[in-house]
Amino acid sequence: MAKIAIFDYGAGNLFSLKSALERNGAESVDIIYDLKELPKYDGLVLPGVGNFDPAIRSIESSAKHLNKAIEGGMPVMGICLGMEMLFDRSEEGKLEGLKILDGDVVMLPKGKVKIPHMGWNNLEIKGESKFLKGVKDDSWVYFVHSYRTVPKQRKIVVATSNYGVSVPAVIEKDNLIGVQFHPEKSGDVGSTMIKNFIEICDSEST
Amino acid sequence: MMLAKRIIPCLDVDNGRVVKGVHFVEVKDAGDAVELAKKYSEQGADELVFLDITASQQGRDIMKGVVRNVASVIDIPFTVGGGIKKLEDARDILLSGADKVSINTAAVKNPELITRLMEIFGKQCVVVAIDAKRNYEVGKGKTIFKDRDGKKYWFEVRIYGGKEGTGIDAIKWAKEVESRGAGELLLTSIDADGTENGYDIELTKAICKSVRVPVIASGGCGKASHMLDVFEKADVDAALAASIFHYEKSTVDKVKKYLKRSGIRIRL
Repeated sequence: MAKIAIFDYGAGNLFSLKSALERNGAESVDIIYDLKELPKYDGLVLPGVGNFDPAIRSIESSAKHLNKAIEGGMPVMGICLGMEMLFDRSEEGKLEGLKILDGDVVMLPKGKVKIPHMGWNNLEIKGESKFLKGVKDDSWVYFVHSYRTVPKQRKIVVATSNYGVSVPAVIEKDNLIGVQFHPEKSGDVGSTMIKNFIEICDSEST
Repeated sequence: MMLAKRIIPCLDVDNGRVVKGVHFVEVKDAGDAVELAKKYSEQGADELVFLDITASQQGRDIMKGVVRNVASVIDIPFTVGGGIKKLEDARDILLSGADKVSINTAAVKNPELITRLMEIFGKQCVVVAIDAKRNYEVGKGKTIFKDRDGKKYWFEVRIYGGKEGTGIDAIKWAKEVESRGAGELLLTSIDADGTENGYDIELTKAICKSVRVPVIASGGCGKASHMLDVFEKADVDAALAASIFHYEKSTVDKVKKYLKRSGIRIRL
């Protein structure tokens, strides 16, 4: 049974996310403020609320524990900002990203589409994915964001969504998962993904 | 690349119970807020809106508990409005698990609040609700409309649940709240609300043409074809309804299937 940690940048509401993890089969869900506690858990969620620089500032002092956990195979899911932070840099902030994934984070095309991209949009599934097991191509998921990632390694993008530009929607590299939308707000489709993530955590914990 | 049009059941909440009024006045009990929220979410609602119509402090504390309970059982976004006067009220609601807050009277009384909320929580969290009603006393600086008989009127913003006029032109107000940082508008026609005769197409079209942020049409929905009508005639992003769902006249699922068959981009 998976014990999951959610890292808190101090930026707001984590209650819906915590409830969603609990509803979908996590044994326990704790909110943590320091990544040195990671060895106690089977999986980590980096949530999607807040702004880039303050979030980086809250995490950078303990980031080495994150690197170590990922190298050790711990499943990590970054949601929205939580995924964007994993890259080299973002147009939203001045600070450097966590540099766990190669690539940049850029703003959605201004003028072409309404920003933020807020609402239900379709997924185009591109590749094999443990996280998307049982999720059909064209499924609807709920987005709220103004930036998109541009990963150097295109093969880690396992699903995209079209919003004036192709937006990487799901990134998967071994046990590291990044999602641009909010699975905790994406109805049954989102629940399936959260269950998959918990299953990945379960299999790592045994 | 287009987003799905959203179908949003609205729950007016009084001390934790859902009620539905006609013309903002007479109220009937329609069930437990958390149970209804769960039911609508399971039927495929794209989002929910809760309007707290209790005025007392005690009622607002109950609402915080309702928000928490709703957030723990549903997996779609939801907005909470009613009784939010200041920043702390909005923060309480958002930290209890709501995705967005909707402000109405407070936005008129203190427009700075819109900007403050946008700066702290992001514009995606800030919904400004506009309650508008036809006013036939035509004055200067108003956006004038004419009915079939040539009688002139304008749309006035009303506050305190529609009870008090403001003298503010709704079209101008929509533009102003957008420039102050509103991420979405919840537009209710007081003339249409509770009639079940259909949305106020004229008002909705006029507002949609004036702003770029998403607009939710509200007031007057009595059947699914009213939603089709507002989606076809105005550039709204979402249609909100209450009584059509509360009294089991129809279900979210049935309404959405009908709209999809009619060619609207719908999440099913």
